[in-house]
Amino acid sequence: MHITKQLVEHLAKLSLVELSPEEISKYTQELDALMGYFEKLNKLDTSHIDPTFHVELPTHVFREDEVKSSFPREELLPMFPAEEDGAIKVPKIIEAS
Amino acid sequence: MKDTTYEPVIGLEVHAQLKTQSKIFCGCSTKFDAKENEFTCPVCTGMPGCLPVLNKKAVEFSVKMALATHCQVNERSIFARKNYFYPDLPKGYQISQYDQPLAQKGHVEIQVDGQTKKIRLHRIHMEEDAGKNIHGTISSYVNLNRAGIPLIEIVSEPDVRSSQEAGAYLRELRSMLRYLEVCDGNMEEGSFRCDVNVSVKPIEQKEFGTRCEVKNINSFRFVEKAIEYEIQRQIEVLEGGAKVIQETRLWDSDQNKTFSMRSKEEAHDYRYFPEPDLLPLRVAPAWVEEIKRTLPELAKQKKERFMKMYQLSSYDASLLVQEKSLAQYFESVIEICKEPKLASNWILSELLREFGPEQGATSPVTPQHLGELLALIVKGTISGKIAKQIFEKMVQTGQAPQAIVQKEGLIQVSDVAQIEAWVEEVLKEQKAFVDKYHAGQTKLFGFFVGEVMKKSHGKANPAKVNETLKKKLVKGA
Repeated sequence: MHITKQLVEHLAKLSLVELSPEEISKYTQELDALMGYFEKLNKLDTSHIDPTFHVELPTHVFREDEVKSSFPREELLPMFPAEEDGAIKVPKIIEAS
Repeated sequence: MKDTTYEPVIGLEVHAQLKTQSKIFCGCSTKFDAKENEFTCPVCTGMPGCLPVLNKKAVEFSVKMALATHCQVNERSIFARKNYFYPDLPKGYQISQYDQPLAQKGHVEIQVDGQTKKIRLHRIHMEEDAGKNIHGTISSYVNLNRAGIPLIEIVSEPDVRSSQEAGAYLRELRSMLRYLEVCDGNMEEGSFRCDVNVSVKPIEQKEFGTRCEVKNINSFRFVEKAIEYEIQRQIEVLEGGAKVIQETRLWDSDQNKTFSMRSKEEAHDYRYFPEPDLLPLRVAPAWVEEIKRTLPELAKQKKERFMKMYQLSSYDASLLVQEKSLAQYFESVIEICKEPKLASNWILSELLREFGPEQGATSPVTPQHLGELLALIVKGTISGKIAKQIFEKMVQTGQAPQAIVQKEGLIQVSDVAQIEAWVEEVLKEQKAFVDKYHAGQTKLFGFFVGEVMKKSHGKANPAKVNETLKKKLVKGA
């Protein structure tokens, strides 16, 4: 797979990151080189090997359905750039057209 | 131009909030009534370095619904990250399941116009909810209490062919979730939400048309209306020679129409990948068997049993099983009064009129008390009419029927001598009407019954009054 300028622009849009034309060509080259490396790895046949999710545990751990105390609001909210009446205040969300 | 008959093809996605005490990946409470951001922690606010740990109960509840809908429960399933950028999603991704969901290939049976139809389920998967945004004029406000609340998404195959079938399907799912006690089904509070995929095609055409997804529908009635609107809109587009564009639309319940939500288009690229912070979920077959044994009788089976065991009509039985608590109430009442038909009539008319199906079972009129009241009718201690008066008192005071009968002196009079005395008094007072009766106006009989009942203050046994009146009126002839 080749990384194109269009793909980088698309990814930037999805991540809400603004990139200059220079940055776009730089990242296109870097990401393409990176993908080339993975292409090389992809040549190995790993179809008979399960992916490694964890080096020690073969499967998940559960927790019981018990309520634990939450993080105090007074400590949580100051970590955000802005708050109002307990809510996290963000720039108005508008549907981009 | 020849007239084309169009057929709609509909698929539904339901998000049901699981009734756990704590969130899916952390110990924060799931309580609905809470201050903004009261139940949040480093895990559900997406602080770096925090790890999610799966709530066992959430898995158990999901498996319950999967089994009730005849799904195949996968022994191994994988959580995945669904990436998108929105302020109510602090991690920048939602933990969901993608190509290896918890359960697949089930079905739900619905009844429409007396016909049973099978709606196949594509999958049921687990995921976390996002937070809630409130939009102000200058800013938006984010509340993360809901972020991390456990959900199941139930995805149907495109088997639904009308708004009516869609409504029946959703009501059936909601009933199942409530009977299983895994979701409260409250649509206003958002614990049962639904998105609809609609397309239309000429009826003889095999391939489906281009579909639109309608989001943001929070009542059964709106789902039905949104589907009808969308079917009509798409037919008009096709008739006009244009093509339906695949897009996400929102339902506007004030204007009764759907409108395009163009911004969602590009964001549809969610770049799913396996969640590295969670190991594959293994649900052992033995655990599934254990959960299977705890499955309660669901509304459909209960209805069939009620019809068979108690000789109830299909209609009455379906009303009694619409709420699990109401069905249990009914069975507690007949434990005491032993009269299923009478109990069914009283519950469906009196109890439901006063309290409705959801509150009936927890009303001041306990099943014990209603059973005792009906037993008094059966024994002939009180008449049905007096019973209704007593019922009113029970609604107001929550007292036992015997206590009300004694306090108000409402015991039915079946004593023949007393009834004869009332009858004779009435016949004497209403001499003119008696003559008319004898002249052929036999309809007056009901009038005499009413007069006797009045004289007895409603306490005379109506059957005995009838009997005595018949005798006396013939004798007088």
